[in-house]
Amino acid sequence: MTTQIAENVHPWMAAARPQGGPRWVQDLRERGATRFSALGFPTVRDEEWRFTNVAPIASGEFKPADGAAPLVESQLAGLLYADARYRLVVVNGQYRPELSRVHGLPAGVRAGSLAGTINGELQADSEIVQRYLGQLADVGTRAFDALNTARLQDGAFIHVPDGVILPDPLQVMFVSTADGGAASVSHPRLLIVVGDMAQARVVETYVGTGGRYFANAVSEVFVGENAVLDHYKVQEDSTEAFHIGSMHIHASRSATVSSHSFTLGGKLVRNDVIAILDGEGAECTLNGLYLADGERLVDNHTTIDHAKAHCPSHELYKGILGGRARAVFNGKIIVRPDAQKTNAKQTNRALLLSDSASINTKPQLEIFADDVKCTHGAAIGQLDEDALFYLRARGLTFEEARDLLIHAFAGEILDRVQIDALKSAVEGELYAQLAKDLAEADAG
Amino acid sequence: MLDIKKLKVEAAGAEILRGIDLHVDTGEVHAIMGPNGSGKSTLARVLAGHPEYEVTGGEVSYEGRDLLAMDPDERAREGVFMAFQYPVEIAGVNNAYFLKAALNAKRKHQGQPELDAMEFMQIIKEKAGLLDIDQGMLSRAVNEGFSGGEKKRNEIFQMALLEPKLAILDETDSGLDIDALKTVSSGVNAMRSPQRAIIVVTHYQRLLDYIVPDYVHVLTGGRIVKSGGKELALELEKRGYGWIEPALV
Repeated sequence: MTTQIAENVHPWMAAARPQGGPRWVQDLRERGATRFSALGFPTVRDEEWRFTNVAPIASGEFKPADGAAPLVESQLAGLLYADARYRLVVVNGQYRPELSRVHGLPAGVRAGSLAGTINGELQADSEIVQRYLGQLADVGTRAFDALNTARLQDGAFIHVPDGVILPDPLQVMFVSTADGGAASVSHPRLLIVVGDMAQARVVETYVGTGGRYFANAVSEVFVGENAVLDHYKVQEDSTEAFHIGSMHIHASRSATVSSHSFTLGGKLVRNDVIAILDGEGAECTLNGLYLADGERLVDNHTTIDHAKAHCPSHELYKGILGGRARAVFNGKIIVRPDAQKTNAKQTNRALLLSDSASINTKPQLEIFADDVKCTHGAAIGQLDEDALFYLRARGLTFEEARDLLIHAFAGEILDRVQIDALKSAVEGELYAQLAKDLAEADAG
Repeated sequence: MLDIKKLKVEAAGAEILRGIDLHVDTGEVHAIMGPNGSGKSTLARVLAGHPEYEVTGGEVSYEGRDLLAMDPDERAREGVFMAFQYPVEIAGVNNAYFLKAALNAKRKHQGQPELDAMEFMQIIKEKAGLLDIDQGMLSRAVNEGFSGGEKKRNEIFQMALLEPKLAILDETDSGLDIDALKTVSSGVNAMRSPQRAIIVVTHYQRLLDYIVPDYVHVLTGGRIVKSGGKELALELEKRGYGWIEPALV
């Protein structure tokens, strides 16, 4: 009997699972573990993972990262955009109240530890979390969602009640640390619930203090009727890190949600964004900008699921690739039979700064309604020679002309960032990395 | 100022210019005319340093220096300006920002202080009226969504800002209606000066009614086959290129 069970358990599930919490959380973990054991890590034979080989993760030795890792404010200050007025800090998956700033949030807004709410320390929060947590993450088919859920213990929770406007950005800072030589793994989790007629601006940042680690993040985001959410994910993990993140968005009737993804770090990065437009008139904007250099791999998979009628969606992803980097863009748009009058637009562009960099890109349209408008376009190329010559013919040096064109390329996404401090932080980091890459390319 | 000797140029393995000789002094306006495919735009683009062309023979001296040894941006900073036949659209680069960068590149080269935004706008104001440049054209991306006439006006506007020593206009009149042609021509005429040379490359004689040249050259089959005064342009208008071509090609 014991032997039989052991055969069905994935090695990653063999170690002790987090304990505690109410029955429904234990059930959630149990289901995650069972599904992960059944699914295992994806391979390149899996259509969704054709170009991204996660063997380095699957075959790697990772020990659970220490949620109580010593970390002080001064260490956070040096990390990307650490200066939001409201800030939740999650270290290796564990919420850290001593590093967080939630004082002065508008009445009714809840922001803090997921564990605290799961464990019923506050009855009202607990009911909301139980209603929403795990409702979007897809443990049935997504192995990494299942893995995260099996290890569910803590994370961050944000609830903006009906009709409440959150005027200042709220940052959730996910910090990974690796101690010594051993690689570590954590499973950051975030639940955002924006009530009907509410409005919020949330920034997720994923940063590391260096070293080799694997962050397997899942975010679930609910946007209520006529609510507005402006969301950012900025990923700047350590150069040796693996980052797998999936964000699930559920938009209700007339909700407006925009999500901007910036990928600046990590050795192997996979971002999944899955947005369900589940009420008439819900509007979704997905923007993305990534820099892939050196030997890095950056994979962006997006799905916009038009489930109801009259929903517009706009998607623009751009990538800058140098060195021997690889990138993947897969943009799926589903239009369900009820989703008449859908208007979906997807654009994907990549700028190749080196002959050795490459990208695989695929739009995927699955349309089951007849009165819809869907467009998609992809353009992959090097810097425009004609534009370079035009600028040089007006006196700009080759380097000035090149930088101007690259900045113009990235600027189209950066200009959409509504938070000035965040924009300059991302811009500064992106251009510093680019300058380094280009200097190396020029030298070598 | 500009001395072209036996210049031979190829593009993609085909010889386009087959030995051009041309001497231009400051204060002069030269028109280069010729039928389609004669090589007149190639000459303009080679002088600006376009990377598509390979110089296979001859030399070009500009103010006593070897022009062909200079990068395109160095030529520009040294006062060579080509108004493009097809100005390039550059998405995401604000036109005013671009003009300021170009002007400051030149100022830096000349050891002058770079202009700040206020000083730059002052200069823009002085020069914009001449070419009917409005705020919309300055705040849009470079040439993006510009009409044909707007693009050409923007080229001559750049010329007015950069005050080159040698200006080469590559078919600046092509595709312009008569009003735009007059605006562009008056912009160019305002730039005529004893310190500046202008080369006007054109397919049509009409432009030369407005920008009256000192010399006219006929370029055909990659060679300059006839040179004369402004009356040569009128003769070409009347008789076409046919009367020159057969005898010499």
